[in-house]
Amino acid sequence: MTKILVLAEHDNNSLSGATLSVIKAAEMLGDEIDLICTTSNISNLEAEISTLSSVKKVHVFEDKIFENEIAENTVDCLIAVSDDYDYFLASSSTSGKNIMPRFAGLMDIQQISEVIEVVDGSTFKKPIYAGACIATVKTEQSRNVLTIRTTSFDKTSTDGGSAEFVKHDLPANNTNKPTFVKNELTVSDRPELTSADIVVSGGRGMQNSDNFKLLEGIATKLNAAIGASRAAVDSGFAPNDYQVGQTGKSVAPNLYVAVGISGAIQHLAGMKDSKTIVAINKDEEAPIFKVADYGLVADLFEALPELESKL
Amino acid sequence: MKILIPIKRVNDYNVKVRPNQANTDVDLSNVKMAVNPFCEIALEEAIRLKEGGKATEIIAVSVGDEKNQEQLRTALALGADRAILVKTDKALQPLDVSKVLVKVYEKESPNLVIMGKVGIDGDHNQTGQMFSALTNLPQITFASKVELNGNDVEVTREIDGGLETLSSSLPAVITTDLRLNEPRYASLPNIMKAKRKPLEELTVEELGVEVKPTVTTLKVESPPEREEGVKVENVDVLVEKLKNEAKVI
Repeated sequence: MTKILVLAEHDNNSLSGATLSVIKAAEMLGDEIDLICTTSNISNLEAEISTLSSVKKVHVFEDKIFENEIAENTVDCLIAVSDDYDYFLASSSTSGKNIMPRFAGLMDIQQISEVIEVVDGSTFKKPIYAGACIATVKTEQSRNVLTIRTTSFDKTSTDGGSAEFVKHDLPANNTNKPTFVKNELTVSDRPELTSADIVVSGGRGMQNSDNFKLLEGIATKLNAAIGASRAAVDSGFAPNDYQVGQTGKSVAPNLYVAVGISGAIQHLAGMKDSKTIVAINKDEEAPIFKVADYGLVADLFEALPELESKL
Repeated sequence: MKILIPIKRVNDYNVKVRPNQANTDVDLSNVKMAVNPFCEIALEEAIRLKEGGKATEIIAVSVGDEKNQEQLRTALALGADRAILVKTDKALQPLDVSKVLVKVYEKESPNLVIMGKVGIDGDHNQTGQMFSALTNLPQITFASKVELNGNDVEVTREIDGGLETLSSSLPAVITTDLRLNEPRYASLPNIMKAKRKPLEELTVEELGVEVKPTVTTLKVESPPEREEGVKVENVDVLVEKLKNEAKVI
């Protein structure tokens, strides 16, 4: 019997949408799917987890040390329940990237990162070279650690499940680890970037952070998330968590509007799976037009106010 | 205060890499090779710590074939004091590389290891975390700011929700994100001087690491191309198309 353990990603208040896609990927590997949830407050998450139709069991580690994510703490828990499982899955979020390779290293397993397709139980597709190529890789290992690029998978059913919650004591360990000092999280009323239906992104063409606000009116009218290219983030127009692309977030919304973004391959890697792409750029030779369904060659400072008024 | 900087040889980031004709691997013949950009950032951070009087020695280490000497010479020209090449002709996976680095760590006992968060070739984003796990050193990934105070380091990390700050005692492992710093270029005199800096060669076998290729590549393809769309004349046409053709707003 193939058994799969999925790392539940959450902010101690609600489950991340990414986890729903990871479970969908897990369903392609087998039907014995369990969750591991390390949290400071399981009661906040219990109802939501109980809606997951395909989850059989939830390993719960509840302690105030999980108020903030320290990879070492999570990995110690993963190790503690690892015995029965053939696959270990998380998303390729910054959490998954932080936690899973550490776990894989301790388990002496070569991880497969950023899986975009499950071909069969031992064969997977993943992007390499910033998405310039897609590799099909085969594992000879009997147990495997995968991180899942969630934009490539649908979400699992949340029609209601019957998962059994099993509480565990914290594992005793002598792991050296850093301590949490503080965080500065972006607070926004807008949809979350990686799960938004519509994303409006700005690039270097926005010229400064004040101009970046021109995107806000449009985003509000469309109920969209706001993204940015690396150039815009590097220049301080937008915070780091707005970055879409190879080293930022991968998004695949129904509509992606790229404004003043030239379309470097590293940016395309993070958004070219979007259903419909719009590019607004005054340079008609910009590579972004090669991937855009609709291209508007225009000065964004004229096009954006007009677009906002006509939506 | 000794800092170890692993250096990976990869394609120049400006080059668009394509599959070979047989679709068995990427075609790197005639592709310009360079130091992985994230490793350059790691090295730059170490050089700044040394210039600020907080570090005394920077050791660059690379694992791979003879050609990795080029990237180690670049590291020496940029400011590393000495280099170690652990030679192998095999293509190593991140788990193998981290095991080799553990041996080098044990040999050198650095106070700090700074490494790139990801190689821009395989896009694994694994080696730093695996190395940290295998050495039982505190792990701090995706750094955008590093402050060293005596035996403690405070690091700001880029995470999906924004920024997070962690602190740790040394020794520790830090992996670098893009915005940690902007690496310098090597000057011509420093490139000349680098030729005389020590570059030690070891082999993976000498270090006693057993390499296991457990994940093999069956096929490498270009991703499906998006069909180029249409140019619209003005905002009115754009809004009309989005409403009635694409039906996304």
